Amino acid sequence: MTDLTRLSAAALSKMISSKEVSAVEVATAHLDRIDAVDERVHAFLHVDRQGALDAAAAVDRGEITGPLAGVPIAVKDVVATKGVPTTAASKILEGWKPPYDATIVERLKTAGMPILGKTNMDEFAMGSSTEYSAYGPTKNPWDLGRIPGGSGGGSSAAIAAYEAPLAIGTDTGGSIRQPGAVTGTVGAKPTYGSTSRYGLIAFSSSLDTPGPCGRTVEDTALLHAVMAGHDPRDSTSIPQAVPDVVGAARLGATGDLTGVKLGLVKEFAGDGSEAGVTAAFRESLEALVKLGAEIVEISCPNFQYALPAYYLIAPSEASSNLARFDGVRYGLRTGDDGNRSLEEVMSLTREAGFGPEVKRRIILGTYALSSGYYDAYYGQAQKVRTLITRDFQAAFEQVDVLVSPTTPFVAFPFGSRTSDPYQMYLADLFTIPTNLYGGPAISVPCGLSEGLPVGFQIMAPTMADDRMYRVAAALESAVGTFTPPAL
Amino acid sequence: MTTIALPSYEDATSRYEPVIGLETHVELGTNTKMFCGCKTDFGAEPNTQVCPVCLALPGALPVMNGAAIEATIRIGLALNCDIAQWCRMARKNYFYPDMPKNFQTSQYDEPLCVDGYVDVTVDGVEYRVEIERVHIEEDTGKTLHVGGATGRIHGATESLVDYNRAGIPLVEIVTKPVPGLGDKAPEIAKAYVAELRDIIRSLDVSDVRMEQGSMRCDVNTSLNKPGEEWGTRTETKNVNSLRSVERAVRSEIIRQAGLLDVGTRIFQETRHFQETTGDTRPGRSKETATDYRYFPEPDLVPIAPDTAWVAKLKSELPEKPSVKRARLREDWGISEIDMQSAANAGAIELIEETIAAGASPAGARKWWLGELARRSNELGVELVEVGATPVQVAALQKLVDDGKLNDKLARQVLEGVVAGEGDPAAVMTARGLEVVSDTGALQKAVDEAIAANPDIAAKIRDGKVAAAGALVGAVMKTTRGQADAKTVRDLILSRLGAS
Repeated sequence: MTDLTRLSAAALSKMISSKEVSAVEVATAHLDRIDAVDERVHAFLHVDRQGALDAAAAVDRGEITGPLAGVPIAVKDVVATKGVPTTAASKILEGWKPPYDATIVERLKTAGMPILGKTNMDEFAMGSSTEYSAYGPTKNPWDLGRIPGGSGGGSSAAIAAYEAPLAIGTDTGGSIRQPGAVTGTVGAKPTYGSTSRYGLIAFSSSLDTPGPCGRTVEDTALLHAVMAGHDPRDSTSIPQAVPDVVGAARLGATGDLTGVKLGLVKEFAGDGSEAGVTAAFRESLEALVKLGAEIVEISCPNFQYALPAYYLIAPSEASSNLARFDGVRYGLRTGDDGNRSLEEVMSLTREAGFGPEVKRRIILGTYALSSGYYDAYYGQAQKVRTLITRDFQAAFEQVDVLVSPTTPFVAFPFGSRTSDPYQMYLADLFTIPTNLYGGPAISVPCGLSEGLPVGFQIMAPTMADDRMYRVAAALESAVGTFTPPAL
Repeated sequence: MTTIALPSYEDATSRYEPVIGLETHVELGTNTKMFCGCKTDFGAEPNTQVCPVCLALPGALPVMNGAAIEATIRIGLALNCDIAQWCRMARKNYFYPDMPKNFQTSQYDEPLCVDGYVDVTVDGVEYRVEIERVHIEEDTGKTLHVGGATGRIHGATESLVDYNRAGIPLVEIVTKPVPGLGDKAPEIAKAYVAELRDIIRSLDVSDVRMEQGSMRCDVNTSLNKPGEEWGTRTETKNVNSLRSVERAVRSEIIRQAGLLDVGTRIFQETRHFQETTGDTRPGRSKETATDYRYFPEPDLVPIAPDTAWVAKLKSELPEKPSVKRARLREDWGISEIDMQSAANAGAIELIEETIAAGASPAGARKWWLGELARRSNELGVELVEVGATPVQVAALQKLVDDGKLNDKLARQVLEGVVAGEGDPAAVMTARGLEVVSDTGALQKAVDEAIAANPDIAAKIRDGKVAAAGALVGAVMKTTRGQADAKTVRDLILSRLGAS
């Protein structure tokens, strides 16, 4: 019998709708796979076996039909799921069960997608390795001694380890794309505002973007189409139709990129990337040229300021967004012995509940917003953001998409970058500019370096998410997909 | 701490010049909260008007209530402000348990309305109070300290938070500093707040009830010697009635003058007005200035009101209270000063409604500005909460007009009405206060009075009609005031053949 966990979401969907297999069987296969391997991978913080089976049974009863009905999914633990623990991988929210569903979760449920559970991540999505999860790191299925990327390492590892065919991630500076790159899976950051943030525990409100993770470009596009769309509950949500990403992915899969102009960002060339990453990226470019694409070198002079600007804007917003975790209304409360003042209890709660990277960023952000420093830091970073946006806009007058490696290095061993935050921050060097601009970007596997996956990033103009899917699918058709060694 | 001898108010204002400024918060009467669909009803059971958004549950996001923006713009227009074509909300960051997000979504350097003014008239003189800004923000919840003797946090065994109020839209109206008012400063402050209240009430965007907290005032006061720079200001909070506005400014002028007299420096601080004593007490110390780390709210898109829409809102503004007052003054046939005192007493609507309920303008004014104003002063409450409604006052006046009550009895009936004993007719009956109109009974009382006072009766018979007063008094005494004095007098004179 076919191992259902090895099939694509598109294939599973067809089999379920033709009753070749039941949704309950598909969910059970994945839950069993989780039981078998997750002790080693630790992709999940919480598995909702009953919830997933109930949702699958509803599909089998014919209550819900649709393109992904019955296809199970894993959801990053930063997204609120009604009645199911949602912790953002933080001790401060240990055991918290939201009384409501995030809009994107509602959409998954409406589409009939059983939610297998909640995936591990860096605490409050701050990190590039899952080493900052308060519940222990996720292991990369390609090498259990290495990081799965972050912050959404759990989501990407879960699909790389065949524990789920699809997963939801969130991308603030690269948290979908970099884990996708280092686990050999696909991860897309949609246009900011095209996927609802309602119910996503905020890290940096102006940057946070939920998006799809899959093993193939088509699967990722299918999930993208289900989760995206205007949401009146998110004021920053764009009231426009979502581009036809599924159609674009299928078009790209035909392997024809005639007339498509790819912009190669000059400032990224060779800059700090590992040799193996650069090599795989160059080979992929050649493959794309063979499919008819044209390569144009583009200068984006302000991209060099993206990382510092990001590390002022994101922590500033985080310092305010995370203020609500004070032990008064929900989550952890420490030191409330009847003798301490409210301020002391709040302070002790935050001291005990937040991990080191979260504290570092709250302090950074608090400082950057302080009176007397605001203009020099937050204000200046916003100006850089505008300049980066102009770089993108100018580039897209010349080319259809921009391309780069997703991240400068392949999965690194645990502990190798935790002692120097800056070394960790470099993982997002190529992904951050897109977040500051707000446009869409996708990471697609393009090769291996010393046996570890390398990601290829395609960046598109805002609300032109379809373009990146077309190029990504074309690349996938040329280089194929990558399977990790058996666990 | 040494006690400083305080000067009299007259002495203080003869030597120092006050500069005042007012920050007024008005809770908008929108059906739903500012960023979510929760109800805004006053007095609901604690924590029954809450949702993930106004409780700031992780992941919840705000969406702006368009009605709140419209109301704020209308207030701005009514206060002669310019309306911003583009502005943003801002986060004001500080930790407080009744503020669910630990930041308040407010406005900072991009207010929705700027540069307006309000003209107020005190003692026939018009003063212009300039408005610096009108902005929109959200209200906080309420904290209740249980178990302590005083309801304060000290000694409390539990602190309970009610989030029903959290997220209700608030409009903050900030004046520019107002110098040059001299000893009129307290009255002008009060007149400004009264005018602001009347303007906002006319827009029907808030019930502007100071006693319920839907309008709250912070009063800034500083003193300087003539010709010198403005002094350091203090901010007085907890000013919860029109009367308190006046008292707060007055007491702060006296207090600061006392300090300045002995060379003590005024500290910039927040003080709290004490309703019972009428003075101010120090509040939260501002030794370390709070850094609110304002930044533009990234969860909300900018506000960019359409110019044509703003023009339409402006053209649809209701009659200005000052214009309306001029019209009513004409209708009621009263002087500007009488009208102003009615306005300052917060009596205009009450008089209007009383007239609408059937009373004559003179009758309506008499009660609200007389007996009821006296009672509201005595009790230290707003006229509107003194305990009588316009309908009741109109009914009372009708009883007088119909001759069922005389003036003295009517006052007693009113006393019963404000004591909650019921409507005037019911109080009159229950207390047995109706004018004795049975002439048989009155005639008997008159005859008894004549019989008991033969000397006086003789004088009257001799034509000394003025002596009748003593007999009238005697009759009124035996009828416990329930007779019409004129009727009694007529009966006496006719019985004694002197009419």
